[in-house]
Amino acid sequence: MTGPPRRHTPRARTGDIDDQTRLGTVYLESLLREQLRLAARTILVLVLSVGTLPLAFHLVPGLAGLQLLGIPLAWLLLGGAVYPLLVLLGWRYVRRAERNERDFADLLGEIEQ
Amino acid sequence: MTTETVTGLVAVVLVTLTTLLIGTWGLRVSRTTSDFFVASRSVRPALNASAIGGEYLSAASFLGVAGLVLTFGADMLWYPIGWTAGYLLLLVLVAAPLRRSGAYTLPDFAEARLGSRRVRATCSVMVVAIGWLYLLPQFHGAGITIRAAIGAPTWVGPVIIGAVVLANVTSGGMRSITFVQAFQYWLKLTALLLPLVVLLIVWAGDGAPGSRMARDDSWSVPLASGGSEGLYLTYSLIIATFLGTMGLPHVVVRFYTNPDGRAARRTTLVVLVLLGIFYVLPPVYGALGRVYAVELAASGRSDVLVLELPRLMVPGIGGELLAGLVTAGAFAAFLSTSSGLAIAVAGVISQDVTGKAFGHRRLSGITAFRVAAVIAVVVPLAVALAVPSVGVARAVGLAFAVAASTFCPLLLLGIWWRGLTDVGAVTGMLAGGLGSGAGVMWTLLDGSATGWPAVLLEQPAAWSVPLAFVVMIGVSKATASRVPAHTRRFMVRLHTPEVLDLDRG
Repeated sequence: MTGPPRRHTPRARTGDIDDQTRLGTVYLESLLREQLRLAARTILVLVLSVGTLPLAFHLVPGLAGLQLLGIPLAWLLLGGAVYPLLVLLGWRYVRRAERNERDFADLLGEIEQ
Repeated sequence: MTTETVTGLVAVVLVTLTTLLIGTWGLRVSRTTSDFFVASRSVRPALNASAIGGEYLSAASFLGVAGLVLTFGADMLWYPIGWTAGYLLLLVLVAAPLRRSGAYTLPDFAEARLGSRRVRATCSVMVVAIGWLYLLPQFHGAGITIRAAIGAPTWVGPVIIGAVVLANVTSGGMRSITFVQAFQYWLKLTALLLPLVVLLIVWAGDGAPGSRMARDDSWSVPLASGGSEGLYLTYSLIIATFLGTMGLPHVVVRFYTNPDGRAARRTTLVVLVLLGIFYVLPPVYGALGRVYAVELAASGRSDVLVLELPRLMVPGIGGELLAGLVTAGAFAAFLSTSSGLAIAVAGVISQDVTGKAFGHRRLSGITAFRVAAVIAVVVPLAVALAVPSVGVARAVGLAFAVAASTFCPLLLLGIWWRGLTDVGAVTGMLAGGLGSGAGVMWTLLDGSATGWPAVLLEQPAAWSVPLAFVVMIGVSKATASRVPAHTRRFMVRLHTPEVLDLDRG
């Protein structure tokens, strides 16, 4: 070893995004993938719950005759229960999307040594 | 003048005056062009969500849903569900990135993302087309409301709405509209909820009688009738409403008024709550209508069910007062939605037409916006006076189908896929727009035939939306060399939280 020990200058990782380095690309890709996956999961739940109702009533015509507390099942589901479900899905999504962004900000905020 | 006319007249005048008053108050805080378009992007989530709710709950929601449920039954419940679920999809796929894009309007977004004037022009035409298609049923709804309330001819309502919207939009722009619409959400909710509580008490007092409709068996089936054709119609309606919301010009323009992407998400969540509360109510009117207002369905006047039901169920002055309240809510519905649409359409027209230089002359920003607002309101008003009405909710449903087939693919691919090109975007929007547009034209002009071709045209979304996606992706792949150079930087802008100090292009 002849020269003096090399020292890394501290550098925020935001520079990697700005300069479009390979590392920066990996960071951005991971954020996009996480957010898209989260959106896809939310939509999947929506499709499997609300989206299958017409098919269920089509395949099992007997469902239309069912009543709960004197109210037809279709009305309870479509006129009431759907809305709290939509709000719940939205609330879960917002919490997780914000957490993904916080993680990303923490990751980029760290100073490389 | 009968009491009937007086309460209706008082209701309409009160709503109009309050709207103008709040609008003028907004004028004093609205100074710059940016105030006009997007309230200078400083509206808090709770206020903004009320405003979005107020703007979104249109004639179709206030009058149309109850009428459809009365006539057709549970399959019509998909309309309000779709209009709410559309906001969930908007939330998870579009809300934050759209706000972060920093653009004012949909054409702005398209141009910034793809760097192409051609895409911008296509989007501008689509915004104006969808906006006008959506304004038509608002004007028609105003006509039947005024006729039901004070017995005036059907042209009076549209003219009043047009005049008030113009006065409001040209004086205060978006800022005053934000206050007006936040107020109108709560007015609309009250105007449906309070009478409904009274009506339900009356119904229970009558011994909770059942339906008096003749054909009752299919009413609890949440599917359009006709076996597999009915299943197609229902799913196609679901696709149109779930995916169409994000592409409506007056919905999208609201997102730019949030301070940042995080606020845009939280605003959308509050909107979901507000819509969920509201949409429980109209179907109950429809259900009560089957007990007390059977003749409305039989005579094809089901759109006025919400307005007439209080009078039919509660005799005397009590019923008149409730009817007045409902009329006020309905009028608020036309005013707020029409204002939002007028602003969105006028914003695009002023940027792309009236704001351009003609020879050596060029209008100032605010003058150009005012001229554009006049065009945006007068054209659909003239059409509404000239052509007969199709059902309020159905006409709105068509606007959703067109929006879902054009702007939905553009937004989703523009936000999440780097490979989108200008040529791909234009051809995709044209394919989806022409496909769904053919369905719209067919329904407006004819709409009488039966069988699969008719079914496919009546609800085009189930094939026109996938068609638009396939064309947009396919053509983009074929023209991959045209992917804009700034795409990556733009993705950084769309998806990274604002707290990070990044180069966003």
